[in-house]
Amino acid sequence: MYEEYYSGLKHFIECSLDCHRAELSQLFYPLFVHMYLELVYNQHENEAKSFFEKFHGDQECYYQDDLRVLSSLTKKEHMKGNETMLDFRTSKFVLRISRDSYQLLKRHLQEKQNNQIWNIVQEHLYIDIFDGMPRSKQQIDAMVGSLAGEAKREANKSKVFFGLLKEPEIEVPLDDEDEEGENEEGKPKKKKPKKDSIGSKSKKQDPNAPPQNRIPLPELKDSDKLDKIMNMKETTKRVRLGPDCLPSICFYTFLNAYQGLTAVDVTDDSSLIAGGFADSTVRVWSVTPKKLRSVKQASDLSLIDKESDDVLERIMDEKTASELKILYGHSGPVYGASFSPDRNYLLSSSEDGTVRLWSLQTFTCLVGYKGHNYPVWDTQFSPYGYYFVSGGHDRVARLWATDHYQPLRIFAGHLADVNCTRFHPNSNYVATGSADRTVRLWDVLNGNCVRIFTGHKGPIHSLTFSPNGRFLATGATDGRVLLWDIGHGLMVGELKGHTDTVCSLRFSRDGEILASGSMDNTVRLWDAIKAFEDLETDDFTTATGHINLPENSQELLLGTYMTKSTPVVHLHFTRRNLVLAAGAYSPQ
Amino acid sequence: MAEEKKLKLSNTVLPSESMKVVAESMGIAQIQEETCQLLTDEVSYRIKEIAQDALKFMHMGKRQKLTTSDIDYALKLKNVEPLYGFHAQEFIPFRFASGGGRELYFYEEKEVDLSDIINTPLPRVPLDVCLKAHWLSIEGCQPAIPENPPPAPKEQQKAEATEPLKSAKPGQEEDGPLKGKGQGATAADGKGKEKKAPPLLEGAPLRLKPRSIHELSVEQQLYYKEITEACVGSCEAKRAEALQSIATDPGLYQMLPRFSTFISEGVRVNVVQNNLALLIYLMRMVKALMDNPTLYLEKYVHELIPAVMTCIVSRQLCLRPDVDNHWALRDFAARLVAQICKHFSTTTNNIQSRITKTFTKSWVDEKTPWTTRYGSIAGLAELGHDVIKTLILPRLQQEGERIRSVLDGPVLSNIDRIGADHVQSLLLKHCAPVLAKLRPPPDNQDAYRAEFGSLGPLLCSHVVKARAQAALQAQQVNRTTLTITQPRPTLTLSQAPQPGPRTPGLLKVPGSIALPVQTLVSARAAAPPQPSPPPTKFIVMSSSSSAPSTQQVLSLSTSAPGSGSTTTSPVTTTVPSVQPIVKLVSTATTAPPSTAPSGPGSVQKYIVVSLPPTGEGKGGPVSHPSPVPPPASSPSPLSGSALCGGKQEAGDSPPPAPGTPKANGSQPPNSGSPQPAP
Repeated sequence: MYEEYYSGLKHFIECSLDCHRAELSQLFYPLFVHMYLELVYNQHENEAKSFFEKFHGDQECYYQDDLRVLSSLTKKEHMKGNETMLDFRTSKFVLRISRDSYQLLKRHLQEKQNNQIWNIVQEHLYIDIFDGMPRSKQQIDAMVGSLAGEAKREANKSKVFFGLLKEPEIEVPLDDEDEEGENEEGKPKKKKPKKDSIGSKSKKQDPNAPPQNRIPLPELKDSDKLDKIMNMKETTKRVRLGPDCLPSICFYTFLNAYQGLTAVDVTDDSSLIAGGFADSTVRVWSVTPKKLRSVKQASDLSLIDKESDDVLERIMDEKTASELKILYGHSGPVYGASFSPDRNYLLSSSEDGTVRLWSLQTFTCLVGYKGHNYPVWDTQFSPYGYYFVSGGHDRVARLWATDHYQPLRIFAGHLADVNCTRFHPNSNYVATGSADRTVRLWDVLNGNCVRIFTGHKGPIHSLTFSPNGRFLATGATDGRVLLWDIGHGLMVGELKGHTDTVCSLRFSRDGEILASGSMDNTVRLWDAIKAFEDLETDDFTTATGHINLPENSQELLLGTYMTKSTPVVHLHFTRRNLVLAAGAYSPQ
Repeated sequence: MAEEKKLKLSNTVLPSESMKVVAESMGIAQIQEETCQLLTDEVSYRIKEIAQDALKFMHMGKRQKLTTSDIDYALKLKNVEPLYGFHAQEFIPFRFASGGGRELYFYEEKEVDLSDIINTPLPRVPLDVCLKAHWLSIEGCQPAIPENPPPAPKEQQKAEATEPLKSAKPGQEEDGPLKGKGQGATAADGKGKEKKAPPLLEGAPLRLKPRSIHELSVEQQLYYKEITEACVGSCEAKRAEALQSIATDPGLYQMLPRFSTFISEGVRVNVVQNNLALLIYLMRMVKALMDNPTLYLEKYVHELIPAVMTCIVSRQLCLRPDVDNHWALRDFAARLVAQICKHFSTTTNNIQSRITKTFTKSWVDEKTPWTTRYGSIAGLAELGHDVIKTLILPRLQQEGERIRSVLDGPVLSNIDRIGADHVQSLLLKHCAPVLAKLRPPPDNQDAYRAEFGSLGPLLCSHVVKARAQAALQAQQVNRTTLTITQPRPTLTLSQAPQPGPRTPGLLKVPGSIALPVQTLVSARAAAPPQPSPPPTKFIVMSSSSSAPSTQQVLSLSTSAPGSGSTTTSPVTTTVPSVQPIVKLVSTATTAPPSTAPSGPGSVQKYIVVSLPPTGEGKGGPVSHPSPVPPPASSPSPLSGSALCGGKQEAGDSPPPAPGTPKANGSQPPNSGSPQPAP
């Protein structure tokens, strides 16, 4: 029965006009899946098998992972436990079709009295109709591929404050630094104008920025201010990058990791590297000559004169100094690690379902955040500290504050594992990448999903925001990197080149270069300025979401650097725009 | 289309027979076909589901390989108890078996004896994770350091060398003027047309190789300077470092032309100046270049071969040929040439046959000096057994005569004499193993003499020795497969009557040897306090009137006397007419004097006893069987057996028996290491 319907529809679509064919072809996959599931559900096992055999070859290659799941599912009982397929049946597959094509389809189905297909269309599909020209095959291909079809247009309509927060004014320390500058080098003249420019920049309110107090942020401590000053100092020494001035890449290779390295993070000032391992340990290395020391015992601490100037130095126990500290506590592989901005804490997420907060003063575990009952794939601190986000196999991302043992927000909506989570630089939004091949942006304030980006053809494994907060880059198992404009909710670029999962992405400090690291053992550098240069942000594109991607990956690729069978797990730009890459050597 | 195949694969289900097998193993004997079918469907689905989840863990673990722990975690997700005891090995050796129309893959699990595990020493602790930093790129350029992959992989170097026209390189453009020259056209204009219309031109200029320009950076120049200076300098430590760098560094291919020229020019100059040390250094550089796996040397072989050949066959390589060990250099270079042949010889370039021809030509020539002669033979001999068989063996007789004429004849020059001596030992060294393989075991001196002339007897003794060594090696190979549970091997020398485990009995040697046999039973061997000491037998074969001082004992370590005795018995039985020279007597495990524990792993020894014949009646002085010198590579450390040690010493310097005046002549010269003192 279904076979007839399906082939009838197939015949109709293949005979339709070229301009409609591409659009209507989108129907094949959801109809195929629903018909198959219907057959299985009604326990027509053999019919289901032959239906699958006959038509699965027609489906687009990027659905093959789902088809593989589907093919193994042949009994009604199997459907019960299979969440992917349950989601498929309960949620609506979204298609975007022009009004003309839709009318054509409707007329055809009514003529043929083809109620079965019409029912499926009514029941399980959401057809997002737009006025205007039908889209071309390329346009469609760029956007489809996710588990549940494209994003609805209105899903990406809400306003997103993607601007940066105003930098707090640090008046007093600036003077301090001037003095230091005079003392050290004796050329304060050169420094002063620069600092002014930085200061004035931060004073200007970004029109796209959220209100300063939209999300309550922790107050700056003195030590944070000191760090900011250090940051500014380094900024003045930063290398201006560009196509003619590529950054140097320093590669940190984890030797003897025995295939066990699962996560890496580097502090913002590039002084510490943390590695999460499959043997449940987290290891913290100091990559500067300054060794890692823990605080003295409480009994010893009470003896210290608290008024002395070097009290911070005195509380450290010299005997514990070492380059490497190992943190034990998890009971499964550690899949995520993140340093707090002030370098006092480290977060790690693990297969055991917990996120742990470690103190880098005492090198002990402070809190175990329980909430995800399944493996937690990723976690990250907010750029302002205090908050952090985690995402895992339970398909939700959670927002936590370090002093609450329960999550503050739960971001639910993904149809498969949340593989990676990242905070927006202004800390008001969180982006999550999922195995359902979508990227979602969530508002921290109210927990709403404000953007859904579809277009990846494989599970997403890496995310990064551009430093100005306007753009998002995502990498997936298909080896492609996609670039998104957050404000308009549009895909603005595609970077092809990697041949395997893109594990790590990072923009340079000024956003000129995008670095990507992959399982294919390469680091690639892309020209980000050029990629975002000529954006078509005319009203039509914005309104319809139809995009035309230029095929310019080769022009944008600035460099490819092979490692010696070392997958690139993490990338980091130091404050002076030096790239730090990390990965574990895995001999073949 | 590939996708479709994959999907088809995933439609496979387990055969229902395996359900039956599983059911039987659970104690359910009769199970209906229908049930089996339902079970397989279910089990197949669940297995696939778990595999898909396990893949997720593999991806998140940033690995390319699924491990057993991934499966454990996937099971844990489903609230299923993980499977214990399946810990990931790097490689799980599934074995295939078929029979009865069924095909089966299985994982062979050996039964492990717990006591074995307990008794084995703990394995070394695996190295801890450590962090190492290197520059992957410096301002956009990838430095050529061992930490990075080679900048130009061998394939690319090869492509550039062999298919220059295919590799679109800027060098190709620069050929434009060259090509244009012949026509006198303005090259710049004509370039585009020329490329598009090759038939218009004569094909020849188009086939020109592009000039590839290797500009060395300042760092590379510095490196080149440092390396070459270190290689020929006087500091040995530095040289070792430099050679190590040449042999391992991946970024050297741009410097290869320089190195190649350096070597060939260096050889040219230093041969003339007879600077042996420098020649040796240069050859070591060649060796290092050959050892570097990232270099595509084919392009430079034409420059290197003449240099190496020079070092083999040159008439004079050092200032004092009578004292300096230039033979070592020749040997070393000969090995290099053999290595070059092995690596680079193809049917098109015919390197090996050309080299062989060169060597043969200079060897055949009557006037060739002994040094060159030595080099040619060494060069040929290193090329392998086949070359020895076809080119050297047929000329042995002739060469033997020549050697004899120099050695026995009036003393003309000391240099010639040394040369002839070296050639002789070289021939013996290389020909003996080949002959040992070619000829059936009974080694008869007369037969050898008949076939190989004056070298015959010496050859014969060398062959015997080679055989002994081969047998020994075979046993040492066997030894690794022996397990301790095997019954203790007993000595079966032809008619050994009492293989009792504890009683070292008297062994009878075949009656065909009409010699009295002394069986020495070591008192020490029987005495050791260990619970089950293996029987130890020392057999010394001696003629009735032999003096004990002329005994020569070689002790070799082995533990499979069974096979050993089979090889020895022919020696003893089939040479009845000639006095036995060498006897291989195998014993079971010796009990070394009370210190070394006997039992598993203790060393077994062969005691080779040789006696000079008493009634030497036939043959000239040359035919005197000389004592067998110890093999150059003295086998196996001996585990402190005083008896054996003492006898070995005696063997090393056998007192010259009367009537064997040329015994020393057969001693192989000390093959010195290829680097003499500078």
